[in-house]
Amino acid sequence: MAEVKLDEMNHMQFDVLREIGNIGAGNATTALSQMLSAKIDMKVPKIDLLEFKELGELIGGAENIVVGILLTLQDDIEGMMMFLVEKKAAKSMVKLLMGGFGSGDDEEFSEMELSAMQEIGNIIAGAYLSSLSALTNMKITSSVPYMAIDMAGAILSVPAIEFGKISDKALLIETEFGDVGNEVNGYFILIPTLESYGQILTSLGL
Amino acid sequence: MGTMVKVGMADLNVCLPPDSITTLGLGSCVGIVLYDPAKKISGMAHVMLPDSSRIRNNENVAKFADTGIQELYNRVIKLGANRSALIAKIAGGAQMFAFNSNNEMLKVGIRNVEAVKNKLASLHIPIVAEDTGLNYGRTIEFYPENGSLLVKSVGKPVKTL
Repeated sequence: MAEVKLDEMNHMQFDVLREIGNIGAGNATTALSQMLSAKIDMKVPKIDLLEFKELGELIGGAENIVVGILLTLQDDIEGMMMFLVEKKAAKSMVKLLMGGFGSGDDEEFSEMELSAMQEIGNIIAGAYLSSLSALTNMKITSSVPYMAIDMAGAILSVPAIEFGKISDKALLIETEFGDVGNEVNGYFILIPTLESYGQILTSLGL
Repeated sequence: MGTMVKVGMADLNVCLPPDSITTLGLGSCVGIVLYDPAKKISGMAHVMLPDSSRIRNNENVAKFADTGIQELYNRVIKLGANRSALIAKIAGGAQMFAFNSNNEMLKVGIRNVEAVKNKLASLHIPIVAEDTGLNYGRTIEFYPENGSLLVKSVGKPVKTL
């Protein structure tokens, strides 16, 4: 199995991980686009090796309020998958999904909206993971989606702690997406454990 | 007005008046303030994990409750704080996602708070105020001038500890 040391990854390995982000997020973006009947584009995925200090600042600062949807991954790939959307963008998404109905930008999410948001998370994470599974020929099962609406720093502390156990840095496969007017935007973040990184790379012949 | 010293995730620092010290977006991590009220010497740590001895990669002492609090203690003592005068205020240790499974990985907030309390007890530092647990993130600011700790959360009034 390819052994992965976070500080010593080479370009080839980075490129492969970026490609995984590309394919996974591409499928997820398509699923989201169909679901919302809106044109949504994604940016080129980034592979970030971040210190914990920097991690909280990833999405508009540690205190920026975001909706975080988290799935834990089991079987051949272990780790977490996160889908992060700024609160305002989440409102726009839910509004698109529910045909224009929904609460105002400053109001709290209703039960209905929360459940819609969770379903969005479920479908796009499913699209991401199934393409990853097909590509690597590995079996991936995910938990039900868990959701939290809070400060970005607090939400990102959950995967950060997992990385803290093995390293002083976190490696993320991060893809930003958005529509033309930039009303619907957010991030997919895949956070495999270190062993799983090795397994993913091995499965692709590295 | 002094400046505000920023403490990141897995980080610690000390602070004297008129400055203040803050850490943003505590989730399952715990923020610890050590303070000598007479000399107005303070320090803050933002720890992520309970126990350094169970983890191989532990170069960053500020990452763990046990080593992080020890280091913070050393730093405030070095600044001139009186051992027996030190008090502590702690916040954080939330469970950010409402998991119903018994997944150990996700209960780290509770274990962090326990580890912080054990370490403070072993250093004989009393905890005079705490705002821990539950399911939401916290930003904390400490003012050594008057010893107040502000806790800010989304959609909740600011608490002063």
